[in-house]
Amino acid sequence: MSSVGTPMLRKEDPKLLTGEGKYVDDIQVAGQLWMGMVRSPYAHATINSVDASAAAEAPGVHAVYTATDLLGMGLWIGPLPCAWPVTPDMVNPPHFPVADGEVHHVGEIVAVVLADDRYRAADAAELVVVDYEPLPVVASVADAVADASMVHSSLESNKAYHWPLIPDPDALEAAFANATHHVDASFVQQRMIPSAMEPRGVLAVPSPHGGDITLYSATQVPHILKVMVAATTGIPESKIRVIAPAVGGGFGAKLNVNPDELLAVTLANKLGRPVRWTETRSEAAFSTHQGRGQNQRIELAADGDGKLLGVRVHLDADMGAYMMLITPGVPLLGSFLYTGVYAVPAFGFTCDGWFTNLTPTDAYRGAGRPEASYAIERAMDILASKVGIGPDEIRRRNYLAGGEHFENLDVPSTLTFDSGHYGPSLDRALELAGYGDLRAEQQARRDGGSTKQLGIGMCTYVEICGLAPSRALGGLGYGAGGWEHATVRMLPTGKVEVVSGSTPHGQGHETSWSQIVADKLGVDPADVEVLHSDTAISPLGLDTYGSRSLAVGGVAIANACDKVVEKAKLIAAHSMEASADDMEFDGGMFSVAGSPDKAMAIQEIAFGAFTAHDLPDGMEPNLQEQTTWDPPNFAFPFGTHVAVVEIDEDTGNVELQNYIAVDDCGVQVNPMIVAGQVHGGIAQGVGQALWEGANYDEDGNCTNPSFMDYLVPSPTEMPNFTLDFTVTPSTSNPLGVKGVGEAGTIGSAAAVINAVCDGLSPYGVTDIEMPATPQRVWRAIQDGKGGAS
Amino acid sequence: MEVQVTVNGQSHSADCEPRTLLVHFIREQLGLTGTNIGCDTSSCGACTVHIDGESVKSCTMFAAQARGADITTIEGLAADDGTLHPMQQAFMECHGLQCGYCTPGMVMAATSLLSENPSPTETEVREGLEGNLCRCTGYHNIVKSVLAAAGGES
Ligand code: FES
Ligand code: FES
Repeated sequence: MSSVGTPMLRKEDPKLLTGEGKYVDDIQVAGQLWMGMVRSPYAHATINSVDASAAAEAPGVHAVYTATDLLGMGLWIGPLPCAWPVTPDMVNPPHFPVADGEVHHVGEIVAVVLADDRYRAADAAELVVVDYEPLPVVASVADAVADASMVHSSLESNKAYHWPLIPDPDALEAAFANATHHVDASFVQQRMIPSAMEPRGVLAVPSPHGGDITLYSATQVPHILKVMVAATTGIPESKIRVIAPAVGGGFGAKLNVNPDELLAVTLANKLGRPVRWTETRSEAAFSTHQGRGQNQRIELAADGDGKLLGVRVHLDADMGAYMMLITPGVPLLGSFLYTGVYAVPAFGFTCDGWFTNLTPTDAYRGAGRPEASYAIERAMDILASKVGIGPDEIRRRNYLAGGEHFENLDVPSTLTFDSGHYGPSLDRALELAGYGDLRAEQQARRDGGSTKQLGIGMCTYVEICGLAPSRALGGLGYGAGGWEHATVRMLPTGKVEVVSGSTPHGQGHETSWSQIVADKLGVDPADVEVLHSDTAISPLGLDTYGSRSLAVGGVAIANACDKVVEKAKLIAAHSMEASADDMEFDGGMFSVAGSPDKAMAIQEIAFGAFTAHDLPDGMEPNLQEQTTWDPPNFAFPFGTHVAVVEIDEDTGNVELQNYIAVDDCGVQVNPMIVAGQVHGGIAQGVGQALWEGANYDEDGNCTNPSFMDYLVPSPTEMPNFTLDFTVTPSTSNPLGVKGVGEAGTIGSAAAVINAVCDGLSPYGVTDIEMPATPQRVWRAIQDGKGGAS
Repeated sequence: MEVQVTVNGQSHSADCEPRTLLVHFIREQLGLTGTNIGCDTSSCGACTVHIDGESVKSCTMFAAQARGADITTIEGLAADDGTLHPMQQAFMECHGLQCGYCTPGMVMAATSLLSENPSPTETEVREGLEGNLCRCTGYHNIVKSVLAAAGGES
């Protein structure tokens, strides 16, 4: 019986449900010292002096290091890495774990305290006296573009790069010249605080005999981190072991190489003592990168029927104060998707990256793709109203391949979409929503003068998963490949050990990988043990982000299994004195074609491979194979989401009443896990649409860093979700899988804001900035009423 | 200062500072790290335990205030033979957890919710868990888990 496709319960759960899951902060080691960070209260200032004397005298304090001390200790041979220089002339000011003479965002580290416990470390950090000379602050992208003052004193402009993707400029010009309808819309993608429930934390443990160091980190990327720690500290890679133990959510926020990680490693290495740090929630707004942060302008050119002729996009993207690991590349990950699911003859995209004196930005669930989907899907609604047709109709008229099934289709943004079938996802979503009835109820409320307006919004998204073909990444200037590695070994007892370079933090890899292996090898999923997230056990890997795990890491495992079966077949043929060509393999049993009575179990062969008493001549003992899978193309999941909101005219409150998602992530390994990923993704997109966003004052202070003010959705704000799926296998890999980790987020913000704007259309409201807070909605209603009267 | 508490049926005594938060005491002095910390403003509920039968966010009180109390943490919920508590079982069966970080607090809050209201409606479950945040699940399957544990739909 096939395991793939069944909702197998998760292997991970018993541990996590009983408190046995060990997150970084749960690991206590003897002799550990706690780091306390002295952080800048200024967004931009010169550091005149640092007086650490009182802190050094404080009880329980082992040492205090100022930036001058630390930089003088020769701990780092290079700055924090940016792996994605998107243009040859991209500006990238040096970024060290501590500020050297000038701070560039609130919360930048200026000194470090080491103390016996977290309380004393925090106390002592308070006692460090820093004399700052404030400098002018660039507190927004608008400030940055004005270029009146510089984010770093060393800069001549705040612009970090200009990146164009205009495959055919003449065609684009012509499209707009010939357009009957022209949409010109601007949207703000506010900064998001990722807010994984487990705060980031690190623990660096030097080996007692010197030389080796183990870094435990709440990271999505232990393998990348290991390379980068080596490259920035000069500690040989072979001496560094990185372990990502249980990790409590990532969402992109744990896809980085952070100052704290490099401080912990180098100080532990220097002192020969374990060094640790765990961020507090309120600190996370400064110590962990943020997401989004883009000002978007999108223009659509369409003919009289609303058929798209061209799409032109410009982004001003907020980098924050420094380039972190993939900061500059995040907006570009979306660049290819601004034509969405539509047939668009001409396309042009430009992005300017701008420094600001704010926390650096980087990946957050979807990373560039939710922004793209938001812009095109909002703009399509605006086009629909210009043309005078419904939002469903404008989409149908423009879907690639007319909404029919397609494979390997070139789109104008230079990519080739693996497969798609957009029409049915819209049909099904509208059917599940009861679209006709909803429109009738909406009209009835309007006619009846109700103060509770109904809004219905939809979004058909497409995203890029399966990151990534290494060549494609090379073409984009990314500093690494996009492959994934897997080893599959059958143990003498017949159990299977799988080593994966993919690193889970809630996605249930152990379960899904077991299902794939169970089917491939014909074993019980319970007999499969998946090892991961420790560079000593899994030395090769490129980790987990961009919904890549299944489409890259899962495929690597499947391929390694195929190789195991190939070898086992040779052994089986040898044992059964048959030709390998005559061997059949089914349900874990090898048999000779035509004589089914003679059969050998794969476990038996594994034992034979281990004893090596009777292997074919020249064959190596043991049944173990490894593969590295480098996908030939990305995978492009898609789907249609429908949001139904009720807007209270008197308070401006938006209540999400119903949410329907019909997603297509290709072949599903574990539908239960797939649905869970969609649920969580939707909640994060809804959060961006309605409540979340990091607010900054003109001095560059984040005014809502804690969970008191930063409104992560709570259980009462979410409805139950209605989910369904279509299955359009990917042509990019032999499993036909696409990826689903970010889909929910990519579809939801646009669906919700389209619903809000739909509900507010009687007031003449055509757009509302995210988050659509009660204040903003109420204001828009008042303005609309005022404008109408 | 010396603080004595009973945790999961076992008496513990440990030294701590007067300002030590109960959650740090449980995690670091007693070594029971199942109870998590997700915030510093008493907003997330990751640290929820039962104190004398009531659900409490253990970051909101000092260890000293819990002197003599009878505390249950996530480690004390399953039976001695390892059989999961029905709420834990329901979370597993309904996929009510992903990264698992909010889970101990969520499960403790949910069991307390059911002891006060054995057959809640979906809305009552959502309201009862309002003080517990989860970033992974969108709550859909958490609510389903609690309703399943209550014997309703699964
Ligand atoms: S850690 Fe106690 S409520 Fe967040
Ligand atoms: S399961 Fe990850 S925060 Fe709830």
